[in-house]
Amino acid sequence: MKLESLSVEAAAIVPREGAWRRARRNWSVRLGGGVLALLVAIAIAAPWLGTVDPSLFDAASRDLRPGMSGEIMTLEGATVQHVFLMGSDSFGRDIYSRVLYGTRVSLLVGVCAAALALAFGVVLGLVAGYLRWLDGMLMRVMDGLMAIPAILIAIALVAMWRGSLATVIVAIAIPEIPRVTRLVRSLVLTIREEPYVEAAIALGTPTRKVMFAHILPNTLAPLLVQGTFICASAILLEAILSFLGVGLPPDIPTWGNIMAEGRVQFVEYPHNIFFPGVFLAAAVLAVNILGDGLRDTLDPRMARRV
Amino acid sequence: MSVLQVRDLTIALPPGGDRAEAVSRVSFEVNPGEIVCLVGESGSGKSVIAHAVMGLLPHALAVTGGEALLQGEDTLRATPGRLRELRAARMSMIFQEPMTALNPVMTCGAQIDEVLRFHTGVSPEARRTRILDMLKEVALPDPERIMASYPHQLSGGQRQRIMIAMALVLEPALLIADEPTTALDVTTQAQILSLVIDLQKKHGTGVLFITHDFGVVAEIAHRVAVLRLGELVELGARDEVLKRPRHDYTKMLIASVPALKPHGRPVPADAPVVLETRRLSKTYADRHWFARHREVRAAADVSLEIRRGQTLGIVGESGSGKSTVARCIVRLVDPSSGEIRVHGEDIAARSHRELRPLRRRVQIVFQDPYRSLNPRRTVGEAIMEGPLNYGVPRAQALERARRLMALVRMDPGALDRYPHQFSGGQRQRICIARALALEPELLIADEAVSALDVSVQAQVLALLEEIRVRLDLAMLFITHDLRVAAQVCDHIAVMQRGAVVEYGPAERVFLDPQHEYTRALFAAAPGRGFAFGSA
Repeated sequence: MKLESLSVEAAAIVPREGAWRRARRNWSVRLGGGVLALLVAIAIAAPWLGTVDPSLFDAASRDLRPGMSGEIMTLEGATVQHVFLMGSDSFGRDIYSRVLYGTRVSLLVGVCAAALALAFGVVLGLVAGYLRWLDGMLMRVMDGLMAIPAILIAIALVAMWRGSLATVIVAIAIPEIPRVTRLVRSLVLTIREEPYVEAAIALGTPTRKVMFAHILPNTLAPLLVQGTFICASAILLEAILSFLGVGLPPDIPTWGNIMAEGRVQFVEYPHNIFFPGVFLAAAVLAVNILGDGLRDTLDPRMARRV
Repeated sequence: MSVLQVRDLTIALPPGGDRAEAVSRVSFEVNPGEIVCLVGESGSGKSVIAHAVMGLLPHALAVTGGEALLQGEDTLRATPGRLRELRAARMSMIFQEPMTALNPVMTCGAQIDEVLRFHTGVSPEARRTRILDMLKEVALPDPERIMASYPHQLSGGQRQRIMIAMALVLEPALLIADEPTTALDVTTQAQILSLVIDLQKKHGTGVLFITHDFGVVAEIAHRVAVLRLGELVELGARDEVLKRPRHDYTKMLIASVPALKPHGRPVPADAPVVLETRRLSKTYADRHWFARHREVRAAADVSLEIRRGQTLGIVGESGSGKSTVARCIVRLVDPSSGEIRVHGEDIAARSHRELRPLRRRVQIVFQDPYRSLNPRRTVGEAIMEGPLNYGVPRAQALERARRLMALVRMDPGALDRYPHQFSGGQRQRICIARALALEPELLIADEAVSALDVSVQAQVLALLEEIRVRLDLAMLFITHDLRVAAQVCDHIAVMQRGAVVEYGPAERVFLDPQHEYTRALFAAAPGRGFAFGSA
């Protein structure tokens, strides 16, 4: 209706400020970004936050309640006094140290899986959206991939390759690729009809350059938003895989592994699940809130689509 | 008593805008049976006034002073409940785009019925009779069928008639029409305008008619109010304002409206032919696996010729195929059959690779200046793109971009700025510079001035003409606006439903049109009784 063009008219009179500046003023971006920055800081600074090596255990300090102190044996064989801030597990490992070091794994998996899914999705989406003859075939493959539950693909892939950080990241990223491809393709289909793209074609711009210099930059804002959502679900999926025991090997401290080990003793020692659970929830929530805020500020028109 | 009395209306813009007020102390009145035209360029605040009276302002815009008395009752201070009672019953509004103003999932009959049901306690049978009467009154054929139709099943003109029927069904005292014919073709526009005049006379409705088009003003207004940047600069009787404008701004606006007569420049007849199309056709086929094939002939057997230094105009209404022809010539669309000869070389069937060396000879400027430039690339990158594609060294391309900016009357220092920092007219100049960067022999302007305000349009037209003369270009000018065509074209081709129905020198086509459709187009051109552009 005319009202829309009215507010557009009003918006045109108001000077356009940088999208990034607007994003920094947005409370969702501030809150989500703040919590995330804190988690990143914790992940980086883990060795200096009063932790011990997360693989250390001591039979004398099994099943300690949070805040109790006990002793733990270092790799060199010396026994030192240690305060178990979040208690210990049934092997006598320090939950606090394991949760803090687990932050590294979770964030790494989230960011890498999102980056990987975006990288492949962008290329496939550009190709499908711009080269019409490849579109049908490519999208049917993607439809096929989307018909299988993400967790099932991930479990199958990890089982096939043996669990390591790289394989888990790839296994989580693959089911996300069709979703990114679809998003990019739909964006490309609208952008390729824009007069500036046609003008570029009329100027003799080679197809590759039209795709990467004209179309791709205009898909970045919604992609960034999609990236945050993938990141959040990747963190969650990694925790689920570890919890099910099909993710990273149990000696690597991840939030999912810690929870998996604490599961049997949940009724007597809930701290084994509680602390990693709080970190997991905070991380996923922070990334999602950040994504919501970015979507509202960078890309208001897409607000209802993603 | 006047139907609408607006006194000292002031509406603030959100802080940080380029001016403090969208509308500043505007006063005017609309009397019963009178059509008052509110004229102004984009950003003048004319729509804001209409929405304020209807109580439809977006939250960002606040009324800070004045009053709008609808038969003595101030609508600016009315409660939402009271406004709902007033709308449709005592004041109604029709909009520019009837497709979006109508609900796509309700039949037209049901939408009009909703108005009657809410405001009157009449029985369903009585409502139905009233709706059928109203549909007859707005001259819709087969009212029974129209009542049961959904908006998408009707044409643009029919939809606007439905809007008018809905707006007038309760016989309101005031009708606000916000650019109701801007989205319509010129022949449909003429019909809608005469319908509004008829109905308004019959019911004694006061009409506040918002438009940017002085042709429409000349056609319909009793009185005219001219707005500029939120201020009322002139208010008076139609003939007074159009023939003896007092304010400089009004004078400038009226002088910017192109005259509806051919320019009469001598045309070089023996210049070499730059472009020739022979029986150029484009057929769109809807291929379905299960349904029957459907074919649309967007362009059929179009044969045209442009010589160096000449401007050929293609005029026609929407869907006539004029843009399809342009896009075939630039090969943004692949023609289905026929020849496109650029300097005698047929490019219609060339593959995109073979085409590349020839692309630089034909360049195009599009209609929408806001979408024609990539928002994420600087103006300099846009202008240099063509030369860089063809291997011109960067320093040389930059130098060429600077010269072109000067040629289109822009500051060469602005090359590293982004498109959003420029106005629509400036962007269109940048688009022209970008097209010229490849030193083409044929420049196609596809409705290149249609989205611009009339004063900016005059400047861009003057610029195009200057460039054409200076560079001895051939130009293909596509437009729906006969006034613009008259001003720039040496030859004119009139298109209807994909085919050229009349083709000849502009003088002949304008002064002695042969085809019935051409005559209908001229008859529908608004304001042809007024000699615009002669001042």
